[in-house]
Amino acid sequence: MTTAAATRRWTKPPFIKDPRLRWGLGLGAAIYLAFAFGTVDVNWMRVIEGLPRGQRFVAGFFPPDFVSRWAEILDGIYESLWMTVASTVIGIAISIPVALGGARNLAPAPIYFLCRGIFAVSRSFQEVILAIFFVKLFGFGPFAGFVTLSVATVGFYGKLLAEDIEDMDPEQAEAVRATGANWFQWLNYAIQPQVMPRMIGLGLYRFDINFRESAIVGIVGGGGIGATLNTAFDRYEYDSAAAILLIIIGIVMVVEYTSGYVRKWVQ
Amino acid sequence: MPVREEQGTKAWQRRDRGTQFAIWAGWLAGTAVFVYCWQLISDKTMWHFVIDAPAQAADLGERMVPPDWAYLNKLWRPTWDTINIATLGTVLALVLAVPTAFCAARNTTPSAAIVRPIALFVIVSSRSINSLIWALVLVAIVGPGVFAGIIAIALRSIGFCAKLLYEAIEEIDESQVEAIRATGASGAQILAYGIAPQVLPAFAGISVFRWDINIRESTVLGLVGAGGIGLQLNASIMNLEWSKVTVILLVIISTVIISEWVSAKVRHAII
Repeated sequence: MTTAAATRRWTKPPFIKDPRLRWGLGLGAAIYLAFAFGTVDVNWMRVIEGLPRGQRFVAGFFPPDFVSRWAEILDGIYESLWMTVASTVIGIAISIPVALGGARNLAPAPIYFLCRGIFAVSRSFQEVILAIFFVKLFGFGPFAGFVTLSVATVGFYGKLLAEDIEDMDPEQAEAVRATGANWFQWLNYAIQPQVMPRMIGLGLYRFDINFRESAIVGIVGGGGIGATLNTAFDRYEYDSAAAILLIIIGIVMVVEYTSGYVRKWVQ
Repeated sequence: MPVREEQGTKAWQRRDRGTQFAIWAGWLAGTAVFVYCWQLISDKTMWHFVIDAPAQAADLGERMVPPDWAYLNKLWRPTWDTINIATLGTVLALVLAVPTAFCAARNTTPSAAIVRPIALFVIVSSRSINSLIWALVLVAIVGPGVFAGIIAIALRSIGFCAKLLYEAIEEIDESQVEAIRATGASGAQILAYGIAPQVLPAFAGISVFRWDINIRESTVLGLVGAGGIGLQLNASIMNLEWSKVTVILLVIISTVIISEWVSAKVRHAII
């Protein structure tokens, strides 16, 4: 017994317990990586060639030039903010009824599948792809960006809200129903108070995302700060582009801290 | 309890008068802001084009159907490239995100005064700039192609992975770390035996989650020249070959759905 104990050593238990799965995953990963590196033809010459150019390019970003394009930048930022506000409000307004339909404990099967289908469709495309199509349909400018962000908001907000409604406490809903409340009273007194903190938190989170995405939809013609950024890149005014990027980072930080603070206060 | 007198009987209501008024004022202010924003957007919109949209949509629909199925055979390689961009980008991001997360977590950071703010700044800047913008910058530096896409995805994912990971690290059970420390373990051993096992499930979940998002994002990187199926999408849109666009969109959707399914399965297995 003592000799056995002396020769045995403790080892850390592995993360994946089944050894076959563990080795299989490792082997699979190795094979995949070999294949992937084999087929990704990186033109190393081009990369090395590009490095001095890249250095000059990065140097072109410094110092950021806030002054010479300030009017355009300010215009773009404002446009992005309007787009963000309007699309968050409209997106949430549309997603609330869809979320009610997409919650399995409220809606019958056909409506449930219809609403889940709406979420799936609006979530499966990137904002940029949606923006390309909406710019095509509605013409250049902030309206196309606004529609894009609203549609994206419906998919995101609606899905998460529907899941939150599904997770609610059914006892409270039953208690309110037992008082003889009609359907709208039931929603208003039993369900809404339960999901309200989450709705506010998600709304602020989506506001934050919409602002970030508004920088993207501009690249394909959807208006906002993205259009200004794209113009700066096209004109090789990298110092102005750096200023715009810094402003975006700054605003995102402010929005994020504020929304974090509000969310803590709400919950 | 807020109660109101009504014809001699007391009626319960949800809120008292002050709260009710505050909520009403909040709604009024919110509506005013929204209407103002809407007004500004409306001023910049050519409503003529918007009214024209249904006709445009019908026209587009006509051109997009039937899909050009023969084109599908040329899409395997770009799809493989897209998956590679997402996967290799995620791997690279994880390699960089782990040290960043340890520097950013309050309980493991080497110095709360200097290193932590830097790590947090790295996280915020990486998160606030979309991968498409990173790609725009990187295509100019390293040239168009898959490599720029991988780096763009990696740069964008560092912030996301590091943020979730450092939150997981901050939530670990300190008593386990203390127990390991009490055995006389070195700093690296504490990391390996006290902290790593606690955050490993979170780490695996985050990686798969981000991989799923990256598949989605890498499908559009080609729009700015960074490789993947987006290149084909951009070319087809530029050439107004809408029947090919339909096929590409269908391929993108199915890739996204499959990756979402895989990620959901894996995360389910972990938790």
